[in-house]
Amino acid sequence: MKNLFDLGFRLMGAFLLVLTSFTITGIGFAKTPDNVLVVGQIAEPKSLDPATVTAVNDFRILMNVYDGLVRYKDGTLEVEPALAKSWKISSDGKTYTFDLRTGIKFHDGSSFDADAVKFNFDRMLNKDHPYHDTGPFPLSFFFSAIESVDVVNANTVSFTLNAPYAPFLSNLAYPTGLIAAPSAIKSKGKDFGRNPVGTGAFKFESWKANESVIVSRNDSYWDGKAGTEAVVFRPITDGNTRVAEMLSGGIDMMVEVPPVSLSSFSGNKFSVVEQAGPHVWFLILNAKEGPFANKKVRQAANYAINKKAIVQDVLEGTAAIAAGPTPPAFAWAYNDSLQPYPYDPAKAKALLKEAGVSGAKLTFYVTQGGSGMLDPVAMGTAIQADLAAVGFDVEIKTFEWNAFLGEVNPGLEGKADMAEMAWMTNDPDTLPYLALRTGAWPDKGGFNSGYYSNPEVDKLLEAARSSTSQSERAKLYKKMQEIVQEDAPWVFVANWKQNAVTSDKVNNFSLQPSFFLILKDVTK
Amino acid sequence: MTKYILTRLVFAVPVLLGVTLVVFIILSLIPGDPATAILGSYATPDNVERLNAQLGLDKPLWQRYFIWLTNLLNGDFGRSYSLNRPVLDEILERLSATLVLSGTAFVLCSVLGVVLGIISSAKQYEISDKIITLFVIVGISIPSFFLGMMMILYFAVHLSLFPVSGMYSLYGGGDFKDLVSHLIMPAATLAVVSTGVIARLSRSAMLEVLRLDYIRTARAKGANERIVVFRHALRSAIINILPILGLQAGFVLSGAVYIEIVFQWPGLGRMLVDGILARDIMLVQGGVIVVAFLYVVFNMTVDIMQLILDPRVSKN
Repeated sequence: MKNLFDLGFRLMGAFLLVLTSFTITGIGFAKTPDNVLVVGQIAEPKSLDPATVTAVNDFRILMNVYDGLVRYKDGTLEVEPALAKSWKISSDGKTYTFDLRTGIKFHDGSSFDADAVKFNFDRMLNKDHPYHDTGPFPLSFFFSAIESVDVVNANTVSFTLNAPYAPFLSNLAYPTGLIAAPSAIKSKGKDFGRNPVGTGAFKFESWKANESVIVSRNDSYWDGKAGTEAVVFRPITDGNTRVAEMLSGGIDMMVEVPPVSLSSFSGNKFSVVEQAGPHVWFLILNAKEGPFANKKVRQAANYAINKKAIVQDVLEGTAAIAAGPTPPAFAWAYNDSLQPYPYDPAKAKALLKEAGVSGAKLTFYVTQGGSGMLDPVAMGTAIQADLAAVGFDVEIKTFEWNAFLGEVNPGLEGKADMAEMAWMTNDPDTLPYLALRTGAWPDKGGFNSGYYSNPEVDKLLEAARSSTSQSERAKLYKKMQEIVQEDAPWVFVANWKQNAVTSDKVNNFSLQPSFFLILKDVTK
Repeated sequence: MTKYILTRLVFAVPVLLGVTLVVFIILSLIPGDPATAILGSYATPDNVERLNAQLGLDKPLWQRYFIWLTNLLNGDFGRSYSLNRPVLDEILERLSATLVLSGTAFVLCSVLGVVLGIISSAKQYEISDKIITLFVIVGISIPSFFLGMMMILYFAVHLSLFPVSGMYSLYGGGDFKDLVSHLIMPAATLAVVSTGVIARLSRSAMLEVLRLDYIRTARAKGANERIVVFRHALRSAIINILPILGLQAGFVLSGAVYIEIVFQWPGLGRMLVDGILARDIMLVQGGVIVVAFLYVVFNMTVDIMQLILDPRVSKN
């Protein structure tokens, strides 16, 4: 026994010695080679099959591995040709015919053609398709307007819709519309999501669980070779660890920098990039019952909340004040004559007096965190204090994100007066159509959890959706924004500015208003 | 002995079944479901219902549990909804990472803890005892995720001695030295609390024995103090120290969850947290059954060791 413990002591001594020598000399650990870009992501991707994923985090990889028929023009949310060279829309707005680029190969060598396009959409939409079981396809409703996809010839494909649907093109530019290689889906089946094959600027190399996804340059890319040899996507879930990796040089770029950490990157070794996106953070007000059934009280809430303080102090300048339901990132459809409700507690009190409401008790649903929710608890607390200052008695109820959605999406009736919510969308149609129409009340399968209803808004949204002229649509959306701002079914709070940090070695990087990460032209 | 081990293994089966049943029920009772988690803001009641049907979640709870159980008995752990791949593949890929991390931490805390405990009991109330006690109490009191963050900031960001996170370098790494450089900080962080607990408890186990008459007899005979401590006292104290080690093995395994998050270690703990947030019952069940099995094995090992070391137990 004695010898055993002597041995124990010696082993420990040796261990400490090794540890100290490591500490003194330092262990040289391999840095990434030049020309390889290492990106710090916020989470492990769920899948790399574009038809099955829903998270922005996964989209960031997908957009570099696949192409769609169309894509967003650099720096905008307007659609431009990608795998399709051009397209024609029939005069009734129901048939879209795409003329495809020729000579394009998927990364596995198979050819991209009209059959491949048909395969992708049929797989998602047609229950009888032999590869429909490679789903589920949670966002397939983006394309639920499609009645049929027809191969006209090898380079021409046409989509027939069941009704005119203006957001169709921008939905095609969304990751759900990216084109995957049918040959690979056939050979990999359900495992395609871990062995993705597209036509994009980078081709998939490897995926190690919770360590990295590596993609390498596609030398025969149709739109010019990428600027780096490879990109490594590293999932680093903890925001502080991501910041530490960035500071120590373990990654070249990180997205979603926690607001409080932005000051760590102020030196000239790093550059911070910001871009406002199609995001709006708002409070749903229950317009069916309780104090918020009165428009004056809803307006009072908009006046009472100090949005500037929330945006500057709580969010450290990572968001802008929202004026209405449509984010300014949709430049063509945004009504820039709208001014946000100013912070004016006196005016709020006056409106409440007019409405005969005083000391109303409110139940306020707050989430602990979730996609696009920014800093929901701190924001909720600030809002509670602002509302208390004009005489509301606000009780906060906090839920974890999934539980929160389970409470809010079926409607607030009988449960709450207000709830936090945030949306990121790809078309100015999506959010108001799903969350502000009378036809979108929860019992009709929509997201209008506050039961707002204005027949004129309904009419404008239906008209905008079926028009194929962008200027005509813009006019209708601008009118809608004016009415909705006046009716105040929501408190319009913030539009998030996405941020990213790059090291001084990284050049040519910019963030897109779509919030996608496009890395083709980045060099290191 | 073989019979004893076999009996223990048989008794482990109801324990594992119970664990899976409880986890299954809890995961089904917490609000939110996989479809809501996948759909996020797009989770309308319609969409949720459609997706749940596609995921096979529209069947009653008990039916789903028995389908899962039958498949498990056939070696099929099911398919993860959130990761879109077989659960077993994911577990196997991550299990070794967790074992490396918690195994290293366990060896570290057992050796350090027991040695510190012996020193402080042998030198009770002397300066070395006081210094050790101070360190141990500080170690027990610091939350390990905080300690981990501080270690990252100091050793990785300021001094650049170790990489911040991960298990291997992405390029040019992959050898043993690379692993060690990634392992030192998380393993040390994970070991700190357990080292403290083991040191405190081995100290009291030793002190209890050192007060006994036969120790006084040994000292009266003029035995060397080192022999008194190591040969006479430790030998009987070790029987009380062993179960502590067994408990701490479990603690290290569960503590690995937050350490894996802070250091982005690609292990099972991280997987379980993500699985719970995504309401991914298959993934959580698979992970839990593996972790529960490891617990059972630890406890059994401790009991068998006791059997070997304690003549009183082995005679019965």
